[in-house]
Amino acid sequence: MELNENIAGNPPFPGIIHETPGGGIVVSTFDNVINWARSNSLWPLSFATSCCGIEMMSTASAKYDFSRFGFEVARASPRQADVIIIAGTIVNKMAPVLKRLYDQMADPKYVIAMGACAISGGPFFYNTYSVVKGADHIIPVDVYIPGCPPRPEALLHSLISLQEKIKMGMTRDQIRTEFKQ
Amino acid sequence: MTNEDIKTYITTHTPEATFDETGEWLNIIVDPNQLKTLATILHGQPLQLDFLFCLTCVDYKTHLTMVYHLTSSKDRTINLVLKANVDRTDPKIETVCDIWRTAEFHEREVFEMFGVQFINHPDLRRLILEEENPAGFDETKGYWPMRKDFEDPINMIKL
Repeated sequence: MELNENIAGNPPFPGIIHETPGGGIVVSTFDNVINWARSNSLWPLSFATSCCGIEMMSTASAKYDFSRFGFEVARASPRQADVIIIAGTIVNKMAPVLKRLYDQMADPKYVIAMGACAISGGPFFYNTYSVVKGADHIIPVDVYIPGCPPRPEALLHSLISLQEKIKMGMTRDQIRTEFKQ
Repeated sequence: MTNEDIKTYITTHTPEATFDETGEWLNIIVDPNQLKTLATILHGQPLQLDFLFCLTCVDYKTHLTMVYHLTSSKDRTINLVLKANVDRTDPKIETVCDIWRTAEFHEREVFEMFGVQFINHPDLRRLILEEENPAGFDETKGYWPMRKDFEDPINMIKL
C-alpha cells in the first residue's frame, strides 16, 4: 500500500460521502466509478517474446505478486485480457501476430511497452534486417518502461501508472466516443 | 582413437583432405565435391560419428565455408569439424540430410541466411523468413541477410 500512496494524486474512491441521518450516500459520476473499477481489475495477456518475459513472470509470482495491485490473472486468450504487456523484441514476422492479438482484445484495452526492445528496438536498433524499431509502429502504447530488462519494481510502477492514467479518465476509447458526439 | 589415427584413416580414403589442429578440435578441410563421400565414411564404421550437433556457414567475403560439427553417441570424446569452402557467387554443395536427418532444417536455415544451394535436399525452402524477395528489395542480389555485404535499405538502420 505504501507504494500506491507514494504516487501523486491517487484518489481512494472517486466521490464524496453525503452524510444523512443514519448513514450516508456516496455521490459520484458514473464514468469515474467505471474507471475506478476498471483500473483495479486489469487482466494482462500472457504475452512475452524474450527476456523481459522472465521479469514479467517474476513480477507475477510470489515475490512481487502484481495481483496485489489488481492485475489478478494473466489470461492466455486476448479475448479475456484488458492489458497487453509487450515484453520483448518484436520482429517483422511477429508484428502481424501482435497486431492481431491487439485487435482481438475487447475494448477498453491498454498497452504497456516493457523494455528497450519494445520501446525502440533497443540493442537491435542498428544493423538488423528483422527487428521492428519500437512496438508503437504497430499498436498504440499507453505506458513505456525503459530498462533492459526493467526490474520487477519498474514493471509494478508502470502498472500502477497505468491505473492512475485510467482513473484520470479520458481513455482512448472515451476520447473517441466523446469526439463522435 | 587419437587425432593421428583419425587423420591416417581419413587420408587413406580422401588423400586430398587437409587438416588444421590449431583449434580445440580436429578440423578437416575438404573439397565440396568430396564432402558427401567423406561424410558417409565418417558416419559409418569405425568412427560412427552419428551426431551432427552443429551445421552452419561462415562468410569470409572471398568464399563461404560450410562447417559441420560431428560427434559420436558411442564415444562423446571424439569431436570433429568438417569444413568445405564453396564458391560465393554460385554456392552449391551436396546435402547431408540423408546421413544426419537433423541437417534438413539446418540446411534450410543456411539456405535462407547465406543462399547456399543444397543439391538433393528434399525441401529447400526458407526456414524462418517469410518472403523470397521482400517488397522493394533488389532481386538480382538475393536476400541473404547473414552475408557480410548484405544491405536492406527498408529495414536496416546503419551505424
